[in-house]
Amino acid sequence: MNAAFRISGAGRLSQARTASFSFDDKSYTGIEGDTLASALLANGVHLVGRSFKYHRPRGFLSAGAEEPNALVQIVRDDARKTPNVRATVQELYEGLTANSQNRWPSLAFDVGAVNDIASPLFSAGFYYKTFMWPKSAWKNLYEPKIRAAAGLGVSPDKPDPDHYAARYAHCEVLVLGGGAAGIAAALAAAETGVRVILCDEQAEFGGSLRFESGARIDGETGYAWAQSAIAKLKAMDNVRVLSRATAFGYYAQNFVALVERVSDHLKSPGRELARERLWQVRAKRVVIATGAIERHMVFANNDRPGVMLASAARTYLNHYGVAVGRNVGVYTANDSAYAAAIDLKKAGVNIAAIVDLRDNPSGPVIDEARTLGIEINFGRAVVSAGGKLRVSSMTVQPKNGGGERTIPVDAILMSAGWTPSVHLFSQSRGKVAFNDETKRFVPGTYAQDCVSVGACNGTDGLAASVDEAYAAGAKAAKDAVGKDSSGKTGKGAKPKVDASESWSRGMLGAAPGAGPGTTIKAFVDFQNDVTAKDIRQAVHEGMHSIEHVKRFTTNGMATDQGKTSNMHGLAIAAETLGKPIPQVGLTTFRAPYTPVTFGSIVGHARGALFDPTRRTAIHPWAARQGAVFEDVGQWKRAWYFPKAGEDMHAAVDRECVTVRKVGGLFDASTLGKIEVVGPDAAKFMELLYTNPWEKLETGRCRYGIMLREDGFIYDDGVVGRLAPDRFHVTTTTGGAPRVMNHMEDYLQTEFPHLNVWLTSITEQWAVVAVQGPKSREIIAPLVEGIDMSDEAMPHMSVREGKICGVPTRLFRMSFTGERGFEVNVPADYGEAVWEALWAEGQKHGATAYGTEAMHVLRAEKGYIIVGQDTDGTVTPNDAGLDWAVGKKKTDFVGIRGLTRPDLVAKGRKQLVGLKTKDPKVVLEEGAQIVEDPKQPVPMKMIGHVTSSYWSENCGRSIALGLVAGGRDRMRQTLYVPMPNGMIEVEVTGMVFVDEKGERLNG
Amino acid sequence: MLLIRCPYCEEERPELEFRNAGEAHIARSANIDAESDDDFEKFFFIRANPKGVIYERWRHIHGCARFFNAVRDTVTDKFVMTYKAGEPKPAKLPGASK
Ligand SMILES: [Zn+2]
Repeated sequence: MNAAFRISGAGRLSQARTASFSFDDKSYTGIEGDTLASALLANGVHLVGRSFKYHRPRGFLSAGAEEPNALVQIVRDDARKTPNVRATVQELYEGLTANSQNRWPSLAFDVGAVNDIASPLFSAGFYYKTFMWPKSAWKNLYEPKIRAAAGLGVSPDKPDPDHYAARYAHCEVLVLGGGAAGIAAALAAAETGVRVILCDEQAEFGGSLRFESGARIDGETGYAWAQSAIAKLKAMDNVRVLSRATAFGYYAQNFVALVERVSDHLKSPGRELARERLWQVRAKRVVIATGAIERHMVFANNDRPGVMLASAARTYLNHYGVAVGRNVGVYTANDSAYAAAIDLKKAGVNIAAIVDLRDNPSGPVIDEARTLGIEINFGRAVVSAGGKLRVSSMTVQPKNGGGERTIPVDAILMSAGWTPSVHLFSQSRGKVAFNDETKRFVPGTYAQDCVSVGACNGTDGLAASVDEAYAAGAKAAKDAVGKDSSGKTGKGAKPKVDASESWSRGMLGAAPGAGPGTTIKAFVDFQNDVTAKDIRQAVHEGMHSIEHVKRFTTNGMATDQGKTSNMHGLAIAAETLGKPIPQVGLTTFRAPYTPVTFGSIVGHARGALFDPTRRTAIHPWAARQGAVFEDVGQWKRAWYFPKAGEDMHAAVDRECVTVRKVGGLFDASTLGKIEVVGPDAAKFMELLYTNPWEKLETGRCRYGIMLREDGFIYDDGVVGRLAPDRFHVTTTTGGAPRVMNHMEDYLQTEFPHLNVWLTSITEQWAVVAVQGPKSREIIAPLVEGIDMSDEAMPHMSVREGKICGVPTRLFRMSFTGERGFEVNVPADYGEAVWEALWAEGQKHGATAYGTEAMHVLRAEKGYIIVGQDTDGTVTPNDAGLDWAVGKKKTDFVGIRGLTRPDLVAKGRKQLVGLKTKDPKVVLEEGAQIVEDPKQPVPMKMIGHVTSSYWSENCGRSIALGLVAGGRDRMRQTLYVPMPNGMIEVEVTGMVFVDEKGERLNG
Repeated sequence: MLLIRCPYCEEERPELEFRNAGEAHIARSANIDAESDDDFEKFFFIRANPKGVIYERWRHIHGCARFFNAVRDTVTDKFVMTYKAGEPKPAKLPGASK
C-alpha cells in the first residue's frame, strides 16, 4: 500500500519492496532505499524534533549530511541507542526504530518550549552572561537544569557491543565526492592505470544528479550515467569505490580520514560485520569534488516544519518519489528553486506561489514555470511562516514594505543560493578567497597537493564542472606518477554533457522583514538556535571578529560546522559592522566534517587490546598462589599474597614481618635493566650519573642517581660492574624507556665520541629478590661457582655463575635493609628458578611478598622511590642523597643545574620522616603540611606527605614528606589539616628501622 | 599524520615511528660547569618557537632508533629536509630563494 505522499511513477525506488519502521512508537511503512527522512515524509510526517535551546518544533531542512534539525535516536537494542542520527542520512531497514529527541513529555507537547517564550533569557551569549553568580548555584542548580533542558539526545549507558574496523590505504589519486565532477575526475585518473580511490558519503553515487532532472550525459539521464560510470570504475582493478564513506578530516601531507558506515543500514548485521570502518588514506594527489550546499532564506519562523531547502524537496521527489506537501509555496532569491517548483508541479503537486526577491529576473526556468501556470511574484518577500507544528501559510509583502497577503501552504521551499563546500579544502590549510561578483568563498591558495573541481570550486554548470574535473583527474594522475610515468595516457573519452542545469548568485544574510531592528525569530543556524537578531546583538556587544561572534552566539558550532549557517551569519555580522564580507573573514572549518563515532576512532583498541599487558616470567606462579595484582604502567605486578582469611592489611603485615624475621621472595623482574658496554662505558657512566664510576671495581655495585640537565632527580638504581667495559644498570620500573631514551640521546648527540653500546635487557633477565636474614641460606644450595660468604661477596657486589644449572648474575643488594640478593636468570628460566628458590625458602619459613610490602619495607629504611618521593623538582640534596654526588667530578649531566641559584637557596623542601603523635593514625599520601594550625584559611602550606604506611615492624604508622627546611625542623611538631581535623606530626629522620644499617650483614 | 624521511634509513616513514626531541643545534658546552647563569638559562630554558621554519630534532624511535635533525615549517607542518645528527645547520634550504 502506498503511503499518502508517495507519488507513483516518481522516484527511483522499487515500490514493491516495502519496509516497516516505527517513529516515536508509531508504525509506518517505507520502501527499501528510503532514508528515514524520505519514509517519514512519504507518510506526511514533518515534525521530527525539538530545537536545542528554545525547544521549537522542527522538521527536515535538507535531504543530506548538512541536516541541522532532524536529529533522532536510532534504537536497535539496549546497548545500541545512537543519538543525534541525521534522519536524512539514516537508511531505512525493516524494523528500524527511531525516537525524537529533546522533548518531554511528547514531541507535540513539550514543556521545554517555555524557553521559546522566555527566549530573552537565552539570547546570544547566555552561557557566558547568565547565572554566573553565585558560583555554587551554577554548579548545583543552573548548569544541571540547562543541561537537562537543552540537550541533543541521550547517550547509551551500556558498553558498545559493536566492533569497528580500520584500514590504511595508499593511492595516487583520491577523489572526495562522487557527484558528476568527482566521477569524471575518477574516470580520467583511473584510465591512466594509477591507483584511485573514490568515496562518497551517500549510499548511491551521483550527488546533485540525484535531483537534477534536467541533466543528460553521454546520452543518458545524469543519474543513469553516474551509475554506469560507477559500474565501470568498480570493474577496474586499480580503482576502489567507497559509498557511505565520508571524508571527515584532511590532515598534513595528503592524509585523509574517511569513515565508512558498513552496517548501520542493515536490518540485522551479522556479528562478523563491523559497524563502521575508518580509512586512513595517504594519497599522492587529492581531487576535492564536494559540491555545494543550498542556503535557506532568513525570515520569521523559517524553522517551522515543512519549510525546507528547494533542492531537498526536489531530491525527495526525483529520487524517493515523495511529495513534501500538496500545496507548496516557494521563496527564492535565485533560479534553482524554480526547477523544484516545476518538477513538483509536473508531478501533480499544486504550487501556491513562487515568491522571488529579485525584481525582474528572466531565464528558461522562469519561462517554463510561467508556462505551467505557476503564480510568480517578483520583488516580494515572505515575511513570516504561519503554523506551529507544521507550516500552514506564508505571509507575503513587497520587499520594500506595503500590503501583506497570506497564502495558505503546507510546505515552503526556499533557496538563497549555493555555498561551495570548502570544508575539506580549508582543513587542508588552503586559503579561501572571496569572489565579490558571485559573493562566494572559493578555494584560493593551496597548501597541499590537491585540487578542487566543480561546484565546491565555484564552477557553475554541469558541462563546465565535468570538463574541469576530467582535466584535473588526468593531471592529478600524471603529476602523482611524476617522472616515473610509464607514459600511459587515458584511453577513455571525456564524458559529454548534453543538457545541464545552471544557476548561481542568490543572496546572503537576512531577508527583508528580518533586518536590523526586528525582533522576530529568523533563524541563521537551526541546530544552535541562532537568529539574525542574535548575531546583530553579538556585534553590538563588542564581538567584532567573526571568531568571537561564532563563540558568543554558537553560530556554526557543533555538528553544523557552518554548513548551512556560515555565510548568512557572516553577512549579517558584516552588515552590522558596516564592513565588506572579506574584511570580517571566515571562521575556521574544523574536522570532523560530519560527526564521527568514538567507536570508529578507537577501532579495536579497547578492552584488553587498549594497551599491551606485560607479565613477568614469574607471573603464572604468582597467579596460582592467588596473588592480587596491581597495574604498574603496562606491567601486572603481584601486589600481595593473601592467605585464607587474610585481608590486604593482614597479608602485608605478615609479609613485612616475615621478611625481617626470616626472609622473603619478591619478583623484581619489572625493574628496568640496561647494559652499558664498550671501551668508554665507565666514561659514559661518569657523564650520565652523579656518582664516580671509573674507580668502581669489577664485581662491585653502586647506587646511582641520574639527573636531568636542570639538576633534578630523573631516575635511580643499583649499577653493577661486570667487567671493566660492562655495566649492568637498573632503573625504576616505570622509568626504563625514558632512561634508555635519555642515554641514547646523550650518546648519539652530545657524546658521540664515546665508544659505547646500550642494550635494553629488561626482558632478558627475570629477577628474584631474596631478602632477609636467611636469604643466603635459601640461595646458596642452588648456586654453583660463586662464593657467597661475606668476605668473598660483601654487600653491593655482583657475581656471575650458575643457579639451578642456568647462568645467573647474582647481585648482593638490598631494598629492604636486610641482608639481600637479587638473582637474575634468563627470563625463560625465571619461573623454574623461582620455584626452586621457593622450595628452599619454605624450609626456613620464608614468604613471597608483593609490591605493597616492598614499599613498606623500603620506607621503613627511608629508601626513596623516584616519582613518589620525588616529583621532578627534587635535587639529590633535597632527598638527603648528597653523598651520591661525586664532589670531585668536573662534568655530568645536571652538574651545572645543581648550582642554579634556586637550587642552592635556603628553605628548599627537603625529604624527612614524619611520625604521627597518635601512632595508629596513618597519614594520607599527598596530604598538605602546615606549621601553624590556627592560621586562617587559606593556610600556608610548607610541604606534603609523599609516602605513608602502617609499619607492623615498627608497631606504628610511618611517613616520608617533603617539608620546607625540613632537616632543620627535627623533632618539631607540624600539622596535617584533614577534613576531620588537624593531625599532629613530628619531624624525624628518614630511617625507622635499624638506623645503623647492621642488618645488611645480619 | 606526517611523513618523515629518516636520513639514516633513507626512507619516508609515518610519524608514529618517530618522536620529536625538541629544538636542534643547541650544543651542550664542553665546560658546562663554568657557564654563567645567563648562558645556562639560554642553553636549557630558552627556545625559539618560531612561526615558520624550525630546526628540530627527531628520533626514529620505532625504527633505527637514531636521532637526527629536521627542518620543518611550523605553519604548514611541511618538512623542508632532514639530515643526520652532527651535520651543520644547512646554509641554504632546498626550494628557498637565495
Ligand atoms: Zn631510521
